[in-house]
Amino acid sequence: MSIHHHLSDTTLGAFTAGTLIETISLVVASHISICPDCRKRKDQLETIGGIQLKIAEPAGVSSDALQKTMIKLGKQELPHVFSPANTSSLSSSRGAALNVCNPEVPKPLRAYIPDRLEDVEWKPIAPGIKFFAIEGLKTANGTLSLLKIAPGVNIPEHGHHGIELTQVLKGSFSDEIGRFGVGDIADLDSDIKHQPIADTSEACICLIATEAPLKFTSLLPRLVQYFSGM
Amino acid sequence: MADKDVVMNKQRQIVLEPREKELPNFSELLINVGQNQNKAAFADIFQHFAPRVKSYMLKLGSVDEVAEELAQQTLLKVWRKAQLFDPEKAAASTWIFRIARNLRIDTLRKQKHFFDDDYDLEGIVDEQEDVEDKVSREQKSHNITLALSALPQEQTRIIRLSFYDGLSHSEIANQLEIPLGTVKSRIRLAFGHLRKNLHLESGEMV
Repeated sequence: MSIHHHLSDTTLGAFTAGTLIETISLVVASHISICPDCRKRKDQLETIGGIQLKIAEPAGVSSDALQKTMIKLGKQELPHVFSPANTSSLSSSRGAALNVCNPEVPKPLRAYIPDRLEDVEWKPIAPGIKFFAIEGLKTANGTLSLLKIAPGVNIPEHGHHGIELTQVLKGSFSDEIGRFGVGDIADLDSDIKHQPIADTSEACICLIATEAPLKFTSLLPRLVQYFSGM
Repeated sequence: MADKDVVMNKQRQIVLEPREKELPNFSELLINVGQNQNKAAFADIFQHFAPRVKSYMLKLGSVDEVAEELAQQTLLKVWRKAQLFDPEKAAASTWIFRIARNLRIDTLRKQKHFFDDDYDLEGIVDEQEDVEDKVSREQKSHNITLALSALPQEQTRIIRLSFYDGLSHSEIANQLEIPLGTVKSRIRLAFGHLRKNLHLESGEMV
């Protein structure tokens, strides 16, 4: 897989700082899981974070903080076994089992959608466009969904209130910015309007997270949006 | 704008100095904790990092009590997970930063996080690791420290505000009272310099 479109430093930085909403984080993680470049840049930003931590101005801690912690150490089990509540290790172990059979679905996403893309229960929302709302994560006012766009069909022109992240899982699309194939991520901020079109004979399946509802420029898509909850 | 920068630099003689030489080798201490459950080594790590994890939590909006509790919890996790620390995968400070950051996301934001910093816990091989990439992580972290300290202060400051304090570009613009465009261009410049100094090749920067 050769990836041509990457995460912006701004998005990657917010991910590193831990300030993104869950749904956006999931798409960032999905991209990082398959993109060596972005993974490397994430590591660099975290290294910068570590340096800042190491040389930060210290805050005063209570005089018995170390003592209290030392007492607790004795009660810690070694080696540490992760509790089932740890979702990241849960999804990873589930992912590890699926690693071979399901390369289409990036690992972080596997806990939230069916194992195979063909098993997704699509909901038609417009001619040639199907939609699947991904549940179980905090969306704030935004959305997290899969979209399936039939060949030659375009998503009506729209803008965004905040970040829109789109990762291609299958097929490809083109828009005003360029061509996006499997693994590519479109990291758009609010000043961009675009009208993506599925540009091959294969349907294009994308993972999309937005910080706020899309702003369609014409009325009909706005009505569809209203009724579908997209 | 330029005048303002000069004034700001004079006022703020902080940010980043390579004070590293005076610091203990935290990777060695962590390894000592992991292999021998050495409490003295842990105490050294605690003394340095607990007050700084606390200041990190305070900066990101915790009240004092919660910040202190999270600092202690972070260091407890350091103790528990020390066996899994791998100096070939991360510098000690990077590793501790990830634990603190993830704990904050879990407990304060009550959100799931999707960081794979635990991949070392699950024995998943990092298939993307460069084969020729044999410089130790501690050395890399040191190189980045040097590259950061070579930047003009207003650039290191903005990098810290953005990627450590987690402020958005417009929040930074408000805090520093500079235009949004200046924030963006400084970040771009800072990364340009860093890339040049570190010979980073790929990846769009900002």
